[in-house]
Amino acid sequence: MSDRVPIIKTYKLAIGGKFPRTESGRTIEVHDNAQNLVAHVCRASRKDVRNAVEAASKAQGAWANATAYLRGQVLYRLAEMMEGKRLELAHAIGQGGEKEVDAAIDRVVHFAGWTDKYAQVMGGTNPVAGPYHNFTIPFAMGTVGVIAPDEPALLGVVSLIAPVIAAGNACVVLASEKNPVPAMILSEAIATSDLPGGIVNLLSGYRDELVEHFSSHRELIGIHASGVSDEHRTLLRRGSADNLKRVTIREDIDFFDDAQCEGPNWIDPFVEFKTIWHPSAV
Amino acid sequence: MSIVSKPSGSGIEAPKRLDLRAAIGGGIFEYAPAPESVRPEIADKYGLFIGGEFIEPTSIGSSSSHFATINPATEDTLAMVGEASAADVDRAVQAARDALPAWAGLSGKDRGKYMYRIARRMQERARELAVLETLDGGKPIKESRDVDVPLAAAHFFYHAGWADKLRYALPGRDPQPVGVCGQIIPWNFPLMMLSWKIAPALACGNTVVLKPAETTSLTALRFAQICQEVGLPKGVVNIVTGAGETGKAIVEHDGIDKIAFTGSTAVGKAIAQAVASTKKKLTLELGGKSANIIFEDASLDQAIEGIIEGIYFNQGHVCCAGSRLFVQESILDRVIDKLSDRMSTLRVGDPMDKNTDVGAINSKEQLGTIERFLATGEDEGATKHDVCQSTLPEKGYWCKPCFYTGVQPSHTIAREEIFGPVLAVLSFRTPGEAISRANNSPYGLAAGVWTDKGSKIFDVAKKLDAGIIWLNTYNKFDPTSPFGGYKESGFGREGGRHGLMAYCK
Repeated sequence: MSDRVPIIKTYKLAIGGKFPRTESGRTIEVHDNAQNLVAHVCRASRKDVRNAVEAASKAQGAWANATAYLRGQVLYRLAEMMEGKRLELAHAIGQGGEKEVDAAIDRVVHFAGWTDKYAQVMGGTNPVAGPYHNFTIPFAMGTVGVIAPDEPALLGVVSLIAPVIAAGNACVVLASEKNPVPAMILSEAIATSDLPGGIVNLLSGYRDELVEHFSSHRELIGIHASGVSDEHRTLLRRGSADNLKRVTIREDIDFFDDAQCEGPNWIDPFVEFKTIWHPSAV
Repeated sequence: MSIVSKPSGSGIEAPKRLDLRAAIGGGIFEYAPAPESVRPEIADKYGLFIGGEFIEPTSIGSSSSHFATINPATEDTLAMVGEASAADVDRAVQAARDALPAWAGLSGKDRGKYMYRIARRMQERARELAVLETLDGGKPIKESRDVDVPLAAAHFFYHAGWADKLRYALPGRDPQPVGVCGQIIPWNFPLMMLSWKIAPALACGNTVVLKPAETTSLTALRFAQICQEVGLPKGVVNIVTGAGETGKAIVEHDGIDKIAFTGSTAVGKAIAQAVASTKKKLTLELGGKSANIIFEDASLDQAIEGIIEGIYFNQGHVCCAGSRLFVQESILDRVIDKLSDRMSTLRVGDPMDKNTDVGAINSKEQLGTIERFLATGEDEGATKHDVCQSTLPEKGYWCKPCFYTGVQPSHTIAREEIFGPVLAVLSFRTPGEAISRANNSPYGLAAGVWTDKGSKIFDVAKKLDAGIIWLNTYNKFDPTSPFGGYKESGFGREGGRHGLMAYCK
């Protein structure tokens, strides 16, 4: 160990492609397993959630309208940027960090490849009994709230975000409460990837303070959560009663198991199926 | 803007309008009455269908355990229908739970065969079912005969074939039944909604407790007889009749794994609230205020038929009704003239008459709701066009189809679901304006677009926030075609491969 006095970083929020401090002015101390202070993160407030949703909604349309091919390349670029931050991410995770980073990067690659395929797998033509051409296409649904599990701090949040953005949605994400640092480093990788600002907005803070604001925000049309308490699950599901939010809560997931965490059924809760009819006879 | 290329409309004098009825001889060439003559047997009193048997409902306190179901076209009582209490719902859930292991354990092929039998019996008893539907609900016999009943049977036929193919339907999953499904359906398409709910549930190996709407129980009870006839294992389908309290007992029952509801957005939200603290799965098919958009380059005569089909089909008791008509400004006058002409020939009256276009309003309560909207429309400054010339019967619940012009987007009749034969006409100038005004609604169930320009129609279809888009057509349904909404019109799809997802783990 050198005698150098280390710089203790304060990780800021990631909103709209920028890194603002929380408007609340509050921060949370992050300690390592030996109880050494390693960083500060912002303690986001309701106002930060609202700002993030606004940024996400503004950015979402253009992202959904980008070609599926381009979205795939951008997600793959994110995997490249994460690869460049492997050590930093692994260090922030601590024990078993490298294995988790590998899995997280591979998960991004998996969903990068889905962008121009899920519409074929999930959509299709419908053989209606009449002279009509009828087909169903999945479209992005809008802005989705993501509540990440405490653990795995990076792989959990990545697994919840990747399918949501692959389908052309934007998201507002609450990072692991126990160890938010890997998610905040991820936000730096995102900022240097080609993902447009506002598509992934990352907040750190307390679920007890923030889950209710995710649940009640009327601009959020979907929720993707894992590792939440019974009380928070109820609160999130109540969001459906407010503006018919589509709420998906992943329970008992082993995020390291590809079979459980990959595939189109991770994307389908975050698309709207649109069915189009047109006469095909004159 | 070039004046030369301006399409007909404000620039060119429209030909003087003919009184279409007068031109075809006024009343001389009216159709003679053509009443449907089949009268199916209706019992005086019906019990609940639980565990494969019809059983008497338990009394709730001192109140009667039966309620009257009436013919809305005559106000005559057709039968007394059992009102299921919470205890009855509990019995039904228990029956469904008892039946679940064997039904879920049956091979997909055998489950399918039971469903094929149901489909076949529905086809064979189609006329009886159609007449019952019309007597109990007030819809024109030509609609129950040509739309409701054939589609209901087709829905069973389609889903029967899925029962042994589920693993091909849902890639990456090992589809398992969700369990016992509580299903609550509305009164606008009683038998068809029943089939949309029960057919996918059964195909996926679930058992069901279904509650029909309180004004339209008879076809569901006839369906229960069909279940008996085809030897469907007892308890796989349970039908509990009743009103809101019965529905509430279903929603709150701990033994139910999934709730599927079709009805109003307000009730849908209340259900979402009620199941929030549980792990019950939920699908909701709720209200709408769907936009029907007519561009100046549309085939106008077809578009007029589409407007009629969109809003006056089934008395406007259609969740996806095209109740907001957006007309491009250049053709607004022509569309209003043509629409007035076409509507003057709509025949409103006896639903049992095969020539009737618009039948009876489903209930006194719904008629009251519609009439309140009609009053609000005029209070808020819109102009009502009463162009329908039918003479209404003396008894029964009736509402002449009408439309409003001078409607502002902020008007109640342009924002709220009326669920009646009432159309709000609005105008727009550019495609962009049409899209943004159409999307400016918390609902997102359906939309119609009328133009002969190919790229424009697909561009607009892509940008409309709605689950079903009808291009140069309206109100078409098919078992293979997923149905369901964006935003506050609910979530989940019914029909097609997509409809299976809601009924599989």
